[in-house]
Amino acid sequence: MAEVMEMLALSPTMEEGTLAEWTKAEGDSVAEGDILAEVETDKATMEMESFYSGTVLKLLAEPGQTVRVGDPLVIIGEEGEDISGLLSELGGGAKPAAKAKPEQAEPEEAEAAPEDTRESAPAAAEEAGNDDGRRIKASPLARKMAEDKGLDLASIEGSGPGGRIIKRDIESAKAAPAKATRAAAAAPSAELHAAAGISEVPGEQQPLSQMRKTIAKRLVEVWQSTPHFYLTMGIDMAAAMKVRKDINAQLAAAEAGYKVSVNDLIVKAAAAALAKYPAMNTGFAGDSLYAFDEVNIGVAVAIEDGLITPTVRNADQKALGAIAREVRELAGRARDKKLKPEEYSAHTFSISNLGMYDIDEFMAVINPPDAAILACGAVKQVPVVVDGELAVGTRMKLTLACDHRVVDGATGAEFLNELRRNLENPMLLLV
Amino acid sequence: MREIAFRDALNEALAEEMERDESVFLMGEEVANYNGAYKVSKGLLDKFGPRRVVDTPIVELGFAGIGVGAAMGGLKPVIEMMTFNFAILALDQIVNHAAKLRYMSNGQLSCPLVMRGAAGAGGSLASQHSQSLEQQYAHIPGLKVMMPATPYDAKGMLKTAIRDPDPVIFIESEVMYGMNGEVPEEEYLIEMGKGDIKREGADCTIVTWSRAVHWSLQAAEIAAEQGIDVEVIDLRTVRPFDKEIIAESVKKTNRVIVVEEAWPMASVGASVAEWIGRELFDWLDAPVGRVHQRDIPMPYAYNLEPLSLPSAEKIAEAVKKACYR
Repeated sequence: MAEVMEMLALSPTMEEGTLAEWTKAEGDSVAEGDILAEVETDKATMEMESFYSGTVLKLLAEPGQTVRVGDPLVIIGEEGEDISGLLSELGGGAKPAAKAKPEQAEPEEAEAAPEDTRESAPAAAEEAGNDDGRRIKASPLARKMAEDKGLDLASIEGSGPGGRIIKRDIESAKAAPAKATRAAAAAPSAELHAAAGISEVPGEQQPLSQMRKTIAKRLVEVWQSTPHFYLTMGIDMAAAMKVRKDINAQLAAAEAGYKVSVNDLIVKAAAAALAKYPAMNTGFAGDSLYAFDEVNIGVAVAIEDGLITPTVRNADQKALGAIAREVRELAGRARDKKLKPEEYSAHTFSISNLGMYDIDEFMAVINPPDAAILACGAVKQVPVVVDGELAVGTRMKLTLACDHRVVDGATGAEFLNELRRNLENPMLLLV
Repeated sequence: MREIAFRDALNEALAEEMERDESVFLMGEEVANYNGAYKVSKGLLDKFGPRRVVDTPIVELGFAGIGVGAAMGGLKPVIEMMTFNFAILALDQIVNHAAKLRYMSNGQLSCPLVMRGAAGAGGSLASQHSQSLEQQYAHIPGLKVMMPATPYDAKGMLKTAIRDPDPVIFIESEVMYGMNGEVPEEEYLIEMGKGDIKREGADCTIVTWSRAVHWSLQAAEIAAEQGIDVEVIDLRTVRPFDKEIIAESVKKTNRVIVVEEAWPMASVGASVAEWIGRELFDWLDAPVGRVHQRDIPMPYAYNLEPLSLPSAEKIAEAVKKACYR
């Protein structure tokens, strides 16, 4: 019995993936758990494992092709098995993800999802005279069971009349990841571009990478749904810079192979302040507030064509050196797009630092589900007034963006003062 | 436990309630001197006299009207319809008056009458004498409709019907009067609107009432031979029907067949099936099945009647289909 494997949701937010390369060819034998393909998701390049053992009978997508989660990708069965019936049922394999497919707004998303915007161009699937695959017949009970078990109905063979999926089919089905939650896309429509006169300027239209698409979609969602307010504070970094210099000198002498960056100090200082002000370590959850038990810091890392926030878990309980090594290692793998989903999720607070670009100060966009994000500017020598006298000081500007649904100005200000105390008395970061 | 016939269980219920409450009286065609067309009222004339056991002419509308008036005046009439095929003649009194009195008088009046008698097919009695017309009453707000399937249920339910403060339509299957079953000596009542699990099972639920309960129990035997474990629920009261017992069963079995003797269109079974489809949608693994009489007038020919009626074989087939076997 030949089995069809679909594009899996390899990250919580993935809706489609680009097939980077097949690691198996047609005719190869494959065991359950073997790597079948490398797939570029919205966050990273992931290896996709086989659910089945047998022979690769048909690869249904070309390298470079973008395939929607749940669409067929490969057929695995017994060598020499006739799969012509299965192929015609699938309608010729994976469809390129159609740009114009209106997304389904999930009813669970309590916030009013923006209306679907249909592009005027017909979907590729429609051009082929196919309404985007076949309708899946399943009994109401089977649908509910599949949903509860996180099974994708499209991957299950129905044994009822006309291929209806029924209770017994779900009971005997392998647990497979469910389709990624589909949120409403808030992409500007082609009409909008036309109205803006975009087509009158010579240029080249380039496809968006998976990461770009996700960033675009999520940031619009955040920006539209989260009331931001900003608190900016200057920090005297003289003592911190001296401590850092001393630490790094000792590390170099000990041939430790790593250094402590200004950002590592800020991560540690922020984590300690969050432990003291748990009201900042929260998230907005629709009709309730989520108080996190861990202090997990997402550190924004710029990578080719986007950014990602690897997470330093329980940062308040880790030594400065441990944080420094962990951030280095995570950032390295982030640039190689080799982060696992659990390594860039579960943050409770985020830090974005543009100091290395000589930026004085800036305002960052909150990274859900966090209640706040800290934007760090460069450490600079600036004129300061000390006891009525002009002097040369070492300063850094921090701007805290807060979600006003869960955090108020005073809460943010108290947290920021604690953060300043930690940075201006850097010995506190070592205890 | 002693076993008595269905008709004797009804007779005991009448006698006990007439003994208990002086305002209860029986009237209808042939109920007194002849002891009842089906001998349900045997001995009651001797026991209670002609004031409380009253023979009537063949005027269904007339004596139903007397019954409604008597009930408004504080008595508790039990009106016997020799057959529900001709209770149609009394529909105006039942639907327009009995059912509406409490509502239209803002609770100042009530109509505690029971209309009871035979219904359904009886073996080659032809189209006009073989009908199951419970939907005519189940459709009407203000009426309660009870349809027992065993002697035990018949006695306990009729006593409950007589004590009920509102009009109750009490329908007995013509072929069940001679059926024997266990009935205890001591007094008991069966609650209005409470169904009964006549057979427990795990794979498929049958929801049914009256004569169809027996076909369904036979069907369960056939299904058991094929390895299908069927649960048979007897609603007993069809208005109001017991939703909890159905829900509990369907949540367990995920499959359900509604079986009735009546025709399919606008029937009690149609309403029950609709309710199941709507309220238990997420629990269903198969469409709600239905077995009912063919949608034609009952043929007179002795060999054709069973072909028109539901049967154990037809129900077992529906069960099999619902279980995808």
